[in-house]
Amino acid sequence: MTQLPPPSAKKLGLVIDLDTCVGCHACVVSCKGWNTENYGAPLSDQQAYGADPSGTFLNRVHSYEVQPEEGAAQLIHFPKSCLHCEDAPCVTVCPTGASYKRAEDGIVLVNESDCIGCGLCAWACPYGARELDAKEGVMKKCTLCVDRIYNENLPEEDRQPACVRTCPSGARHFGDLGDVDSDVSKLVAERGGFDLMPEQGTKPVNKYLPPRPKDEMPEFDILAPYLEPIASDGKGFVGWLDKALSSLPGGAK
Amino acid sequence: MHPASSVILFNTFSGLGFGLLFWLGLGVIVPTGMSAFIWFAIAYICAVGGLIASTFHLGHPERALKAFSQWQTSWLSREGICAVFALVTMAIYGAGLVFAGTQLQLFGIVGGIASLGVVFTTSMIYAQMKTVPRWRHWTTPAMYLALSLGGGALLAGQITLASVLLIIGGILQVFAWISGDTRFKSSGTNMETATGLGHIGKVRAFEPPHTGTNYLMHEFIHKVGRKHADQLRIITIGLAFVVPVLLLLLPFTNHIFAALAVLSHIAGVLTLRWLFFAQAEHVVGLYYGKR
Repeated sequence: MTQLPPPSAKKLGLVIDLDTCVGCHACVVSCKGWNTENYGAPLSDQQAYGADPSGTFLNRVHSYEVQPEEGAAQLIHFPKSCLHCEDAPCVTVCPTGASYKRAEDGIVLVNESDCIGCGLCAWACPYGARELDAKEGVMKKCTLCVDRIYNENLPEEDRQPACVRTCPSGARHFGDLGDVDSDVSKLVAERGGFDLMPEQGTKPVNKYLPPRPKDEMPEFDILAPYLEPIASDGKGFVGWLDKALSSLPGGAK
Repeated sequence: MHPASSVILFNTFSGLGFGLLFWLGLGVIVPTGMSAFIWFAIAYICAVGGLIASTFHLGHPERALKAFSQWQTSWLSREGICAVFALVTMAIYGAGLVFAGTQLQLFGIVGGIASLGVVFTTSMIYAQMKTVPRWRHWTTPAMYLALSLGGGALLAGQITLASVLLIIGGILQVFAWISGDTRFKSSGTNMETATGLGHIGKVRAFEPPHTGTNYLMHEFIHKVGRKHADQLRIITIGLAFVVPVLLLLLPFTNHIFAALAVLSHIAGVLTLRWLFFAQAEHVVGLYYGKR
């Protein structure tokens, strides 16, 4: 059914720390690996070794440069996958009922045997979380590793999404964001976790933690004044040298 | 948005076909026998041909029947149901005219309104997309209805009706373009809200997630042809609205001029639909620093 269920008490999702993500793309690789070998159609590649390679990924890492009004620009790595929105527009547009949000834990999934591959859910998603697999012709998206998190055949420490399990910098956290006392909820409260595109009204479950403010390094080197580069208004020999070198062909003005 | 030819054909020809069915159903022309057969054949070829074309972009067209199930939430599902209902009802009305020479007025009116319902539900598939600010506006359904009614009247040979509707359609389209040009900006979605990093400073896409392209970039980011948008808009207005109206208003009626008016209108609407997709910007492009 593509009608959204009433908001679930349990809201499983991810918290992504933009302060600690180092942009290594390990989550991208582990996601591709797990989701190609397990639940649903494999994530295909087209011309993987050809001139124009492309493929289906459920998680991608962007990198952004942010330029503050003063000071140096910051580089922020930005992993992005399905945010398992409470008000998921991708679910309600689906004509076949293939796209659905689970009433019990809020995970948004696609029943691939019902999917006609019309692509409308990908149109409705503002985050680019859904990709139509070019080989299978069905819509693929993050399942929050539903086949890991409840899988009792796996050791307990592995019962979390592959991206979270693999992240070497601890930038990804998995838990119940519906429970205010959960570790992830506390993290969001402490660090000021935010929603992506809140104005789209999708009410994402996944939250992002902002980069911490950069340290400021006040200049206190007592030798610094003596090591200043040649002043432009130099006098005496230095001044003469500056003018003489500038007047040579190719000299800096 | 990627202007897929299957969807452009569908929007153009189904719009015309269902527009013609609307006027046939309302009894603006009441042909019987062989001539009724020809009228209904033209309408069904356009309407059904367009619908068939629209299935070409599906990943699994063999599962299309499942798409009738989610009418409670999905405009695409509603469109499918409306289309089947309209086509069946109008087939009964048409059969009455062709084989019995009788006008089953109730079927005509219900089927005609349902035909317009198909056009409306199609338009709402686009108008509902909050992710595409240019489409999310009352002008989207208004344009779809105006084009379908105007094109249908043109096909039905209704000179006054077609002229008035095409003039209204042309004005509406110009308004839709001009108002649409600023809608992305005024939607409030930008790089800063997309990344949530606006509190630090100005955000710029530094490195994409991959060196190649992907489904999202192919489907939602389309730059080719946008640079010719101004010329294409003028061509569209000329072919879809101005030329047909001028040909219709010529003081003598002539089948060749009527056919030219229809062909010009179709060429114009194809361009219009192409622009409808090519110019529409999806907010996901922001993540790639593109529009």
